[in-house]
Amino acid sequence: MSRYVIRRIIQAIPLLVATSILVFAILELAPGDPTQMYMDPDKATDPEYLAQVRESLGLNEPVYVRYGAWLSKTLQGDLGFSFRTRRAVTFEMGERLPNTLLLGGVALLISIIIALPIGIISALKRYTLLDYALSTLALVGISVPVFWIALLLLQVFSIQLGWLPAVGMHDMREEYTGWANVVDVLKHMILPATVLSLAQTASWSRYQRSALLEVLDQDYIRTARAKGLRERRVIIRHALRNALIPIVTLIGLSVPSIVTGAFITETIFGWPGMGRLGVEAIDGRDYPIIMAVTMLSSLVIILGNLLADIAYVWVDPRIRYE
Amino acid sequence: MSSTAVTLSQPSQKARSEWRLIWRQFRKHKLAVISAVLLIVLALVAIFADQIIPYDPNAIDAAYARGRPQPPTAEHLFGTDNYGRDYFSRAIIGLRVSLFVAVSAVVFQILVGVVIGAVAGYFGGWVDNALMRFTDIFLSIPSFFLLLIVSGIFGGTIFTLILLIGLLSWMTVARLLRAEILSLKERDFVLAAQCIGVSGRRLVMQHLLPNALAPIIVSATLAVPYAILTESSLSFLGRGVPPPHSSLGKMMEDAQQWLRTAWWMWVVPGSIISAIVLTFNFVGDGLRDAFDPRLRR
Repeated sequence: MSRYVIRRIIQAIPLLVATSILVFAILELAPGDPTQMYMDPDKATDPEYLAQVRESLGLNEPVYVRYGAWLSKTLQGDLGFSFRTRRAVTFEMGERLPNTLLLGGVALLISIIIALPIGIISALKRYTLLDYALSTLALVGISVPVFWIALLLLQVFSIQLGWLPAVGMHDMREEYTGWANVVDVLKHMILPATVLSLAQTASWSRYQRSALLEVLDQDYIRTARAKGLRERRVIIRHALRNALIPIVTLIGLSVPSIVTGAFITETIFGWPGMGRLGVEAIDGRDYPIIMAVTMLSSLVIILGNLLADIAYVWVDPRIRYE
Repeated sequence: MSSTAVTLSQPSQKARSEWRLIWRQFRKHKLAVISAVLLIVLALVAIFADQIIPYDPNAIDAAYARGRPQPPTAEHLFGTDNYGRDYFSRAIIGLRVSLFVAVSAVVFQILVGVVIGAVAGYFGGWVDNALMRFTDIFLSIPSFFLLLIVSGIFGGTIFTLILLIGLLSWMTVARLLRAEILSLKERDFVLAAQCIGVSGRRLVMQHLLPNALAPIIVSATLAVPYAILTESSLSFLGRGVPPPHSSLGKMMEDAQQWLRTAWWMWVVPGSIISAIVLTFNFVGDGLRDAFDPRLRR
């Protein structure tokens, strides 16, 4: 098993390098260059000044030299400096990443807490009105665009009712500390976390339903019932344990859609996370930040896939990887 | 299975009865049937948009141009936007653009996915290995962020948007088809075809691909809503369909500043997007069940 994990991690390296080359090339091929965004417009005609700005942004070398420098520095943990804020990229990321992890983690938790029971109830009450209602609701949840739900919730809960704040992570007017601060952040988190969790909740509940249905058809369930076990025990001890396997995998495989959701949700709700940092970096053509956000997202997606496969083996002893 | 004997003696009937079986199964899924009808209507609306719209979507109605959106009236079913342009007409044209982008992107991704999947599955060996590693690269790219980068920095046209969405989402089809062809290759009818000297290209085109059609159709149907959501999310973030075109997502972006005062501005395009995505999902669901022989009774 550990050999398998090590091999997978080694396989991830060329994937990451390929992604970085691709994005680097795209940024290189882009028309114009970021110099125009970071210069004094009054001196735009002075070629010496422009060359100076370009050099300060590290854009004066040919592309392969820059890529080589970027790669070797990145491997040493130095992600360079943001064009826009002139602060270290690692510092910027360090400031934003925890917020994204907090939001994503809470959204994940909400999804699991809601999706699993819905799927289980749907499967146990198969082909009843309740099942149809829940399944249809799940499909609606998958179909409604994230940003639309976001606007809808904003409209109802923060504009009409005024219960929840619309943007940001902290109250702009008050400086809270301690417990009050936690409550304040939680209040700001309710809407974005709900929105971010919605798509996952809907699709996981569908998978949970079909996974449980499949298990309920197995012979060992019939055996368990034939032994005269109570239905509760059959479901909880025999069926559910096996029906949870696909879900564990699914959580790992949902990482890309959570990453995508983070870009949209954080932008709408002004959540100071990595997704919003990435979107802002594109607007400001802040190449070092764009590269960093890309690489981190890519790494997270690869790790999600790996976790899915490991979890698969871990919960199902019948599966073995070479 | 009493029909097997019949189909064996009358091979020309087989194709028809197979589709009839699928249709019979599909018909049982009521929501899928309703959705399919709705989809046809939506497609017709998109095709005949020019005949349907009551106003030029870019024409300004001076009576309504008051610097802010005007609510629905008998003249303007969905009201007007802040420039006094008829919102109903704009929504119809937006529907057309969104559907066009999504369907084209899916056609493109199916083409790429089918070629890569078929080649990988048919040749196997190092070709398969190389193509699957190539697929892995695309699967590990944060595709939405890449779309944001490219359309944000390059600007881009509707055409590049279609290309990009297609290029970043062919992987599922490729993997599905590869798996399908790998398993079909072991069947006796392929061996038989090879024995009578059918060429490789013919084998793939006439024997392997038609038998692998079901998963392709299902994933194409389910890819359309994904493409629509991607396009509208990009447009919503201001980086999708470039002006003067208007897609449903773009309308949502414009509506953001009127969140407080003009609800119909975002309710209209949002509902249309949701409706399209939902109907495609229902139809895809129904097709998946219909193609699954285990579910037939």
